[in-house]
Amino acid sequence: MKKDDVPQDNNRTYGGHKKVIYAVNDAGEYEKIRSTGWEAEEFVTLLAVNELNEQALAAYHRVNRGESSPLEYHMYAKRLDILGLSQATGFFQWQIKRHIKPAVFLRLSGKARHRYLDVLGLTVAEFQSIPEQAPAK
Amino acid sequence: MTEFQHQHTAHCETGVMSTMLKHHGLDVSEAMVFGLSSGIAFAYFPFIKLNGLPLIAYRMPPRAIIKGLKKRLGLNVSFEKFTSPQKGMVALDKQLNAGNIVGLQTSVFWLPYFPDDMRFHFNAHNLIVYAKKGDNYLISDPVFEETVICPAKDLQKARFAKGALAPKGMMYYLNEKPENIHYNKAIPSAIKASVRSLTPPVPIVGIKGIHFLANKLKRLAKAMPDEKQQRLFLGHIVRMQEEIGTGGAGFRYIYASFLQEAATLTNNKLLEKASDMMTDVGDEWRNFALHTVKMCKNRSPFDEQKLADLLHTCAAEELKVWQLLKKI
Repeated sequence: MKKDDVPQDNNRTYGGHKKVIYAVNDAGEYEKIRSTGWEAEEFVTLLAVNELNEQALAAYHRVNRGESSPLEYHMYAKRLDILGLSQATGFFQWQIKRHIKPAVFLRLSGKARHRYLDVLGLTVAEFQSIPEQAPAK
Repeated sequence: MTEFQHQHTAHCETGVMSTMLKHHGLDVSEAMVFGLSSGIAFAYFPFIKLNGLPLIAYRMPPRAIIKGLKKRLGLNVSFEKFTSPQKGMVALDKQLNAGNIVGLQTSVFWLPYFPDDMRFHFNAHNLIVYAKKGDNYLISDPVFEETVICPAKDLQKARFAKGALAPKGMMYYLNEKPENIHYNKAIPSAIKASVRSLTPPVPIVGIKGIHFLANKLKRLAKAMPDEKQQRLFLGHIVRMQEEIGTGGAGFRYIYASFLQEAATLTNNKLLEKASDMMTDVGDEWRNFALHTVKMCKNRSPFDEQKLADLLHTCAAEELKVWQLLKKI
């Protein structure tokens, strides 16, 4: 890629930052070029981020309808899934699926709850509830 | 000890090692670190899933660059892991007090200075701590333009994040100024190792792995009837290639830059030619990414044959480079 062809598309996913891309100058030598982003990359990042946000939103509504517990919402809100949460807490996946059920969630032992708090980085009060406002999609 | 100089680089692991070596008086570029550690690779493991998507990698697994460079250059690097966060933070402060700069493995998700859209649970992000001020650490994060500041409690959380590739507080530092590099010896042996890992006798990895992924794309609609799933899968390939600190085209441009530097250092015309060819290979990868995203955006039926063909072209062109490099 030529230096002048390095995209400068102001990706909003960069939050105002720049990334280093390697490209060749007119003399054919490689240089490190700072790029504000590439539209193609922004699209795929947002695809992934939106998927995670949609999962969090769906869980949020399930909790409000009483079909699920705040644990499921917080899991997705922290960009984890059952597998990721299982690896991070050491619980088996079936245990987490059980803990997500509202009735079981209410009976969680202090020790089990602490493992979730630690991995999710939440206080007890935050963990037991969901935000009043629905998360942005 | 000289005053610390921050460096903005494409990739975290290569960036940390380059900055660390420069700090200790050995001028080695990021691209040269990448090449000498034989960091380039390709792997497609459909059976290993991260957030429900398969593992696709354009470089060696985390820590392989640091360890590969250590071996190639005979660096005196210490690695330490910890059983408790407290011990890990004390050991970090001890090294800083002794005037050393320290490399850390961390989780991106818990680093507060990262923009929200870049915060994923990736546990093998590397950075350098170069000083402590009160309760804050001064950090040289290679993928940021300037140095950043991180509160101690957040850094501790990031160092001791749990899950896949858990860092367990891993820190590393140089114990002494490294010896000068014998490029005429180090460069050919590093390239030979990369030739072996890109053209191995087994499928899935290397050039055959690229063909493997291309064949998967050809059958995508059958294997994955849900269009949303298809888009997520295709987007995932492009993300791995472009988003995750690769310097563009899944590390192919950085490698071309390494080959160019190596050609000058060893006065070797073959490497010059290989560098030009690898640049063209990188352009093919970018072309593949562009077409993939276009198809995802239009929400039109995917032209699977076209995507598969583009990827087969990447593989075929890259194979020529490795065949040329075999002669070094």
